Order: sequence, then C-alpha cells, then structure tokens
Amino acid sequence: MSKMHVKLTVNGKQVEGLAEPRTLLIHFLREDLKITGPHIGCETSHCGACTVDIDGKSVKSCTTFVAQVNEADITTVEGLTNDDGSLGVLQEMFREHHGLQCGFCTPGMITRAHRLLQENPNPTEEDIRFGMAGNLCRCTGYQNIVKAISASADMLKAQKEAAE
Amino acid sequence: MNDQTMTPEERAANLKGMGCARKRVEDVRFTQGKGNYVDDIKLDGMLFGAFVRSPYAHARVVSVNKDAALAVPGVVAVLTAEDLAPLGLHWMPTLAGDKQMVLADGKVLFQGQEVAYVVAENRYIAADAAELVDVEYEELPVLTDPFEALKSDVVLREDLAGQTEGAHGPRKHHNHIFTWEQGDKDATEAVLGEADVVAEEMVYYHRTHPCPLETCGCVASMDKVTGKLTLYGTFQAPHAIRTVVSLISGLAEHNIRVISPDIGGGFGNKVGAYAGYVCSVVASIVTGQPVKWVENRMENLMSTAFARDYWMRGKIAATKAGKITGLWCHTTADHGGFDACADPTKFPAGFMNICTGSYDIPVAYLAVDGVYTNKAPGGVAYRCSFRVTEAAYFIERMIEVLAIKLNMDAAELRRINFIKAEQFPYQSALGWEYDSGDYHTAWDKALKAVDYEGLRAEQAQRIEDFKAGKTRKLLGIGLTHFTEIVGAGPVKNCDILGLGMFDSCEIRIHPTGSAIARLGTISQGQGHATTFAQIIASEIGLPADDITLEEGDTDTAPYGLGTYGSRSTPVAGAATAMAARKIRPKAQMIAAYLLEVHDNDVEWDVDRFAVKGAPERFKTMKEIAFAAYNQAIPGLEPGLEAVSYYDPPNMTYPFGAYICVMEIDVDTGEWEVRQFYALDDCGTRINPMIIEGQVHGGVTEALAIAMGQEIAYDEMGNVKTGTLMDFFIPTAWETPNYTTDHTVTPSPHHPIGAKGVGESPNVGGVPAFSNAVHDAFRPFGLVQSHMPHDHWRIWKIANGLGMHG
Ligand code: FES
Ligand code: FES
Repeated sequence: MSKMHVKLTVNGKQVEGLAEPRTLLIHFLREDLKITGPHIGCETSHCGACTVDIDGKSVKSCTTFVAQVNEADITTVEGLTNDDGSLGVLQEMFREHHGLQCGFCTPGMITRAHRLLQENPNPTEEDIRFGMAGNLCRCTGYQNIVKAISASADMLKAQKEAAE
Repeated sequence: MNDQTMTPEERAANLKGMGCARKRVEDVRFTQGKGNYVDDIKLDGMLFGAFVRSPYAHARVVSVNKDAALAVPGVVAVLTAEDLAPLGLHWMPTLAGDKQMVLADGKVLFQGQEVAYVVAENRYIAADAAELVDVEYEELPVLTDPFEALKSDVVLREDLAGQTEGAHGPRKHHNHIFTWEQGDKDATEAVLGEADVVAEEMVYYHRTHPCPLETCGCVASMDKVTGKLTLYGTFQAPHAIRTVVSLISGLAEHNIRVISPDIGGGFGNKVGAYAGYVCSVVASIVTGQPVKWVENRMENLMSTAFARDYWMRGKIAATKAGKITGLWCHTTADHGGFDACADPTKFPAGFMNICTGSYDIPVAYLAVDGVYTNKAPGGVAYRCSFRVTEAAYFIERMIEVLAIKLNMDAAELRRINFIKAEQFPYQSALGWEYDSGDYHTAWDKALKAVDYEGLRAEQAQRIEDFKAGKTRKLLGIGLTHFTEIVGAGPVKNCDILGLGMFDSCEIRIHPTGSAIARLGTISQGQGHATTFAQIIASEIGLPADDITLEEGDTDTAPYGLGTYGSRSTPVAGAATAMAARKIRPKAQMIAAYLLEVHDNDVEWDVDRFAVKGAPERFKTMKEIAFAAYNQAIPGLEPGLEAVSYYDPPNMTYPFGAYICVMEIDVDTGEWEVRQFYALDDCGTRINPMIIEGQVHGGVTEALAIAMGQEIAYDEMGNVKTGTLMDFFIPTAWETPNYTTDHTVTPSPHHPIGAKGVGESPNVGGVPAFSNAVHDAFRPFGLVQSHMPHDHWRIWKIANGLGMHG
C-alpha cells in the first residue's frame, strides 16, 4: 500500500514519518514513534486507554487515522512530565492518592484528566465522574482516581495563585 | 538522624514496614507511560501473528485454503492443525486434565475458536491475510444449554467417543465431563426429610469474563544459535508456563526463559495457556524470528477464559426458629467445548465446597456435574479463588431465600447461624478447616455502621409511600457475610499439572545494606514491589525503600506457582517472611561476633541486634550486612542471603461483611447505589492503602457482574457480548463511592498472620448487590431472579410482580 508523508508535533517535538492512509494514530505513535504510553484496550473507542490530546481536545487515538491529524499538535502522557523529569501534578497526585493499580489505563486517564482540568479548573466530584466517563479502569473502582484529579485541581489552582 | 537517639518507634517508622500506607514504587514509571507491557516489546525482525477464527459455534472444518493469504506480500506463514500435527502440537493438555485443540482439528466447538494462524511482517498485513484464508465449514447442531447437552444425541467431543472414564472419574453421557461429590449425601437427605422448614431454589451465576484492560498476548523469540526460547507474555504464572511449554514442545526447560513484563490487570484471565502462545512459539521456531501475538478485545471476550456459568440448585433445611440443620447443592457446570478450567488438579469444581459459607451447618452435600457445550472453554477464577465466588453467591442467596420462607430478618438469620469465634479452628461439613474468624464482631460492627435498624425503618416507610402512590422508587438493603478460602495451597492436596502450589522468595542483602528480593509470583497491579518490600523491611530491619523486588523472570526468580486465587500474600508473602527469618540467625551470629559476645547475648531490636541489657551496644542490619562481606568470621560463610519455598499448612479464610443500599426505579428498572459499606477481615494488614484500593476495585468488578456484565450467547452459539459496547464495564459515572472498614483476625498459621484480600470484594460484592435488588422486591413477592440485574431484567421483575398497573 502506498504511504503518505505525515508531520506532527508530539510532546513539543516535530516528528515526521511515512504511514499508510489506513494507519491508526495509536499504531503510528506506538510502533513508529515508540511512544508507548498510550495503550490499546479495545480499538473501538470504548475504553480510553489510547487517549491523547490533539490540538486541545481529548481524542481516542485507536479510532483516528494518523492521516486525519497531519500537522496537529499532540500531547501524550509522556509530555505531562515536568521538564526536569519530575512527575507532573496529575502524575504525582495519581501516585499520592493510589489512583492506579496495574497502570494500564493510567496514561489515558491522566491525559484525559489534563484536558478536563483545562476545560474546567474547578470541577465538582460529579463533573469529574462525568468528564472521565470515557475512560475505563478495571482495577481502581475510580474512587481514588476522582480523588487524585480533585487534588490536582486544588494544587494547580494554588500554583496559579502563587504565580499571580 | 542518629541511630542512637531515635526511639524504636521512630526507627520502625523509617523502615516503612508492615502496616504503613507506603506509596507505590511502581507508580513512578506507570504515571509517565513508562511501563513495559507485552505490546510495548519490540524486537528486531519481529513478526506479528493473527488468528482466523470460526464464525460458527459447532461445525465441521471441511477445508482450509491458505493460497490467497500466502500470496499477500509480507505474509511469512499460515499455520493450520495439519502443520502442527507432525509436531504433536495441534492439541494441548488443559489444566483440568482434558485436552484442547490449538488449531481446529476437523471441527470447531465454539464461536471464535482458532482455526489458522497467520504470521506476517506487521499487524495490518496479518489481519488482511487472515481475512483471505478460505475455510469451508459444514454446520452442526449447536448446544448452548448444559441441561439440553446432557440429554442430546449430538456428540460434541468426538475425540472422546467411547471414553466412559474422564480425568475426574466416570462420565455419564457423551457430553458429560465429571461428577464431583463432597459431604454426606444420605445424612443430608435425611435431615432435609425431617426438617421443620426446607427452602429450595435454583441459583444461577451467569457466565462472565475477567476482561482486564490489557488483553492477553506474548512475544516468542527463538534464538536458533543458542537454542534458547524467550517467551514474554501476560502470564499470571510464568514458571508454570515454562514447565508447560517445556512439556508440550519438548524443549528442555533450561532452554526456555519466560518473562512476564508489566501486566495490565489479570483477574484470572492470564492464568491459562492459550493457543496464541503455542502458535507464536511454533511460528518463532519455524521462522527463526520473534513473533508477537496480542489478542484484540473481541477475541479476548470470545476465546480466552470465561468465568462462572454455574447452575446451582440448593436446598437448605432449618428449624422453625431459624437454626440451619443441613445444606444440599447440586451444580450443573457449563465448561464449554473443552474442559480448560484452571483449578487445582484434585478440585474439578474448585473450592465450591466452601459453599457452607460463614455458617455452622452440621451436615451438607455437594455434587457438581461438569458439562460440554458449544461455548468458549476456560473457566477461570475471575477475581476469585477457584469457584469461591459461586459458592459465596449460592449460600448468600440461599440464606435470603430461607429468610423469606421463615419470614425472618435476614441479618438476624445470619447472626444465629454464624460459626462462633470459639469454634475456630472450625471443621466444615464439606471438608475444610477454617483457620480463624470472628464473624459476630464483624457483623455487629457493620450493622451499626450503616444504622441497619434505621434503614429498615426507612424501607418500611418507603413501601407504604409506594403503596400510597407517593413514590415509584424502592429501597433495597443487600446483606452479605462471606467467608473465602484462599492461598492455595498445601502441596499435599493442591497442585496444578502435578506442580505443588507452594511459592517462593529469595532475598539477597548487598554489602551496603540494601537488598533484592525475587519471588515466584507476579504482580498485575497488586503492588507487590511495594508490599513485599514492606514485609522484608519489618522482618530484617532494612528500609523498604532500599529493597528492590523482582518477579516474573524465570531465569532469575525462584520457582513459584504465580499470582491468582489471592495466593500471593498467603503463600509468597509467607515465603518472604520465612526467607527473611532465615537471614536473621546468621545476622545474629555476625552481630555477636562484632560485639564480641555470645550469640545468645544479643537480641533483635527493630533494625539491629543489641546486647541484652545494654541496648547502647548494637550493630545495625546495615553494619551487619557489610560485615557479612568483609569479615572473615570463623565458622561462617561470607554473604547474607536466603531462599524459602513455602508450603502452607492450610489455606487462609478471609471474611467480610458487606452492605449495599440501593434505590430502584420500578418503571425504568434503573438502579442507584446509595451506600456501600465493606468491612474486610484479611488478617494482618500489610499496606492499608493498597488494601483499600483492592476493595474499591473488587467491589466495582462485583457491581459490573451483578448489575449487567455477562457473556451471553444466542441459540446459534453466537456471542452477543463481544465488545465493550455490549459487555458492561461501569464507568466513573455509575460507580458509587465505597466506605471501607476492617476487623483484624490474624491467621494463626501464617508467619505474619496475613490472609489475602484481592478477591474478597468481588466474592462479597456480588451477593451484596444482588441481594439488594432482591430485598427491594421481597415485600412484593420476589424470591429469586437471575443476574445480571440490568435495567431490562429489573423492569421485568417489576412487571412480573404486577407493579406496572
Ligand atoms: S483502545 Fe482506544 S478507546 Fe480503547
Ligand atoms: S489501573 Fe488497571 S485498568 Fe486502571
């Protein structure tokens, strides 16, 4: 099958490569770019393990062709670590509040939560539960994930206030 | 910090040992997307395998034509049973003493069965080519009902024709697998015949699936130069897989290295040996290249592992006052096309004989008939210790049914029948020795915590309001007191394929006082690297943060039977404590030598040995570790390490009291969990944070199972629930918050008193949710209704009871 040239910004870095028109973004990220944070749990848009951030929106990369997002700005969980290599706020709060067990859903969860907190910096528990409903977790029962996101919101607010 | 001025408590806290809510060491990599799961593995020249699967549940395979598939550029091989037959690998032994086709040999027995295996340069080409394999089928009559199967002339397993003796005794019919009997049939029937009251019911625990977020997969890599096979995979039991691969492939066991990398949840799904593993190994041997196989979600739900599917007919006898006098159970177990259930060899129905539950029942009888049908094989313990979930659901439903018959409060009925604290160790009528328990204390604590009386009063008011037309919502109070049996198990009665179910730990202390421990188990999210280091920290006084834990590499870890059935803490956790305790005597000798006193003149003190009566004279474990490597101590070898293979003397018996309060809309069938209280007694608590996390997750899986999750088939044997669209997994939106609580009754025979907790919430959660639904409708005449209680089925209950006017 003939390949097309794609160009993306992933976690702040310009990348390019060749992909078939049918190549799914998740496979391009994982197999061509070796960005294996986003996972595959269903390939049918149900589980959210493959969630990435594309131009400011949460997107399930298992049902997106890489061809559809040519030139896009993509963030994966790898891009949410601080520049000095320390854990970002959400990553730290997931750890602090035991918001993960097997860790398979975690990259998608954190990436989705990152966008949720941009959309709504002051979410109620209900907002979080509703906003995270596209991401399945089989291990945690969500209670600690909700806690972790809520704590992240507080911490981000505090950081913002301190900066102002 | 000064070692001499810190109090023992401060020193103990620094260790982050047992009882500490230590943060998980695993999370640093997982939260950054730096886990290493099987699909993350990429080897040079790696090929990708994909299956051609049967669309039919029962059919003859007339022909398989590979030509078109082989013509696709990038396709390397297409394997069928014919290719595997010369190697003797077209069939493989199952864990249950049966055998199973690796690739369809003449016929298929369930939808989704593996027919051919395509190997190609990448997953896209493999999928394309799989479509092009042309298989001609001749459809056969399909049997999806186990009761029908036992009467039908249709022979499912033609390969067993004429065999009247199976792995577990006589076969009564060509679709019958085994009968397993426990307890005293005559005595139980006599009690039933004379009882004041007998309640009888059919309790069905539907077929479901563990469905971890990561599906099963492997990478097989045969190095033709060294003759060594490396097999990475999602294995809950890597050592057992190595032995199985050796036995069936003929490769010497030392030439096989099995590695379980990070595993994205298991819940039993990843215990078994699957066709994908065998085909990948063969493909790698044939091609000389690494071969990856990862099933997709639909394949996962259709073919690897299912759970439950038990039809449990029960009779429970009692006095008028509610004292239970006997229990009878006959179970029809639907095992699918092959008996590939993962149970200890001598237990073809697992530990179903724990079905007397938390109650002092003088006589009991259990019989289980295993049956072949045209459904997927597997029969794993989905977050369960070998059919304990089925047993707990059965008895907790039978108690409720009996309460209805006696017109009694179900909490009180439980209370008057609990095994009393002073009766432990308790010998059950079906053959177990319960190690410890204090059920009354737990029960009273639970009822008080939820204000049980208050809830019943509210419910009574609700019923009046409902009858007066003021509300269309009912209130259900779901009670459960479960007793589990976990930690398989004593080698004298528990083995898998002849491998005794011990487990192991090896600890090596490094000269600078840090350590590495390796275990025969493998974490799938339970946080072993965190908790087992805590056990070692408490036992040998080195900080948990200085202890690395490794599992899952059979070349380095000691042999063990793996992680499932809540056995890691009861068995490997015990091995960890015992290995640490083997290190201590040598450490004591070294300390005594350094302090120039007699061995018996020093005593253990948190993280050091101190001279008796002179605590200021001591050697810390760190100092002792260094001395072990740099001093020539007369009579002692250098080094400081130990290994323990622990064969537990008994199982452990965690228990708990769960209460669910549920609102149910009779017009829509919608439910809402208003409150869920979970009290667990798992003995000594190693890390309360992780225990709580296990409970949250397990109860959520229970919520799914009880309220909507199922593997359903139509009469043609088509799987109706093959995607996450149809197979219910609760999201954050419908999952409630849980209140957790505990009592602590340490196991008397476990070195640290721990009992295991991972599965308790699933065992106790399902009856709690189901009982809540039943309880809501009890005043309107409902006695028994089968799970899952999805909106449609709840609506049907209400409709059947004439509640829709
Ligand atoms: S893999 Fe994309 S939603 Fe599940
Ligand atoms: S932590 Fe395992 S699926 Fe969420």
